[in-house]
Amino acid sequence: MNLDWQIFLADDGGGRTYLEWMLEAWRWTLAVAGTSWVVAVSIGALMGTLRTLQSSPWLVRLATVWVELFRNIPLLVQIFLWYFVVPKIFPAFQQVPGFVLVVFALGFFTSARIAEQFRAGIQALPQGQRYAAMAMGFTTAQSYRYVILPMAFRIILPPLTSESMNLLKNSSVAFAVSIAELTMFAMQAQEETSRGIEIYIAVTALYALSAFAVNRVFALIEKKVQIPGFIAAGATGGGH
Amino acid sequence: MLGLDLSFFDLEMLRKFVLQGFIFSVQLTVVATLGGIVFGTLLALMRLSGQKILMWPAMVYVNGMRSIPLVMVILWFYLLIPFLIGKPIGAEISAVITFIVFEAAYFSEIMRAGIQSIPRGQVFAGQALGMTYGQNMRLVVLPQAFRNMLPVLLTQTIILFQDTSLVYAIGAYDMLKGFTNAGKIYGRPEEAYLLAAVVYFVICFGLSWLVKRLQAKIAIVR
Repeated sequence: MNLDWQIFLADDGGGRTYLEWMLEAWRWTLAVAGTSWVVAVSIGALMGTLRTLQSSPWLVRLATVWVELFRNIPLLVQIFLWYFVVPKIFPAFQQVPGFVLVVFALGFFTSARIAEQFRAGIQALPQGQRYAAMAMGFTTAQSYRYVILPMAFRIILPPLTSESMNLLKNSSVAFAVSIAELTMFAMQAQEETSRGIEIYIAVTALYALSAFAVNRVFALIEKKVQIPGFIAAGATGGGH
Repeated sequence: MLGLDLSFFDLEMLRKFVLQGFIFSVQLTVVATLGGIVFGTLLALMRLSGQKILMWPAMVYVNGMRSIPLVMVILWFYLLIPFLIGKPIGAEISAVITFIVFEAAYFSEIMRAGIQSIPRGQVFAGQALGMTYGQNMRLVVLPQAFRNMLPVLLTQTIILFQDTSLVYAIGAYDMLKGFTNAGKIYGRPEEAYLLAAVVYFVICFGLSWLVKRLQAKIAIVR
């Protein structure tokens, strides 16, 4: 198999090389994934918290509907919903740029999964933590803010790591509405140059590299926020 | 209602456009699940074999597959298979091969967790009865691992069913494509996407409800 890497130095017809185009696309991928991550974690933490508020059944129901709704429709279909259906029903959305709509789609889709992780994390906490917060005279909001959520966040870091890597990989689905990210680049450049293999190798490597970087960043966070003696590092490996 | 016109939605439309795609989506899900579990179990056994020459390739394969977006894998196979066999291949066949190969990596992680959840005493008991490695795995370890992991395997299958919509990237005719085509023909693309979302939701929500019930049942048996 003859690989011709010079293709990346060739002009794409628009005054930039394919390499420059690809790096631009990489930035789009990171921008989509990064923005969606902020949306997903904020809403996920909120919805996961609401699902544990036993005293407010309506909030629990609301959060449950949110999770089931965004978890049971394929991401690609959700992207189409935001991109085509929502602007048709609410004309105000016609002015919203495609990037933002994709961030809504990817962010809400992922928020449902992250909400489940937060809920599991909160429920995994010993009841004593909650009682201790009550004994200190904290309101419900305060005990979540100062006691429960900080602990739950630490507990769910390992699954949150893989969900964040999933988010990064899922950003590839944005190609379907022509966001100029890596997968879109791969498809277009493959068609233009017929050097698909070189292009795909480079794009695949960038995805793997990005996913690995996310993994390392989370490992660092996990180490930094670890509470000595409480949740042992590396104790997630299982075993007997 | 809301500026939408759903009047084109009837059995005729479903039969003409959606049915064929739905059948393909289900076929793809079933074949990829079965194939993925078979190859995934083999990969899991390789990773747990203790032999470096088996562990390493399996680890590289599983971690490699899991660090690439599925869309890219779909595109890769659609590009590579014709290149390797020297003739063009249909998008549908390419999708089936891709999904088996890709899902094997995910199923292998589930099966690995399942095998590791079996107490070592079970293996020793098998050995004490004079079973070979193959007999021990086939008759003692794998049936229990499979049973323990059944809810997780089924949940993965639901995710897999959702993921089949990504064959959009190579234009294979799945359920989403059926709705998209119907939307184009009737001039109602937005409504068609909405209907697709409803149908996917009903199927996936129903299936995950069944899995939840199954999980509760299994929990009682144990």
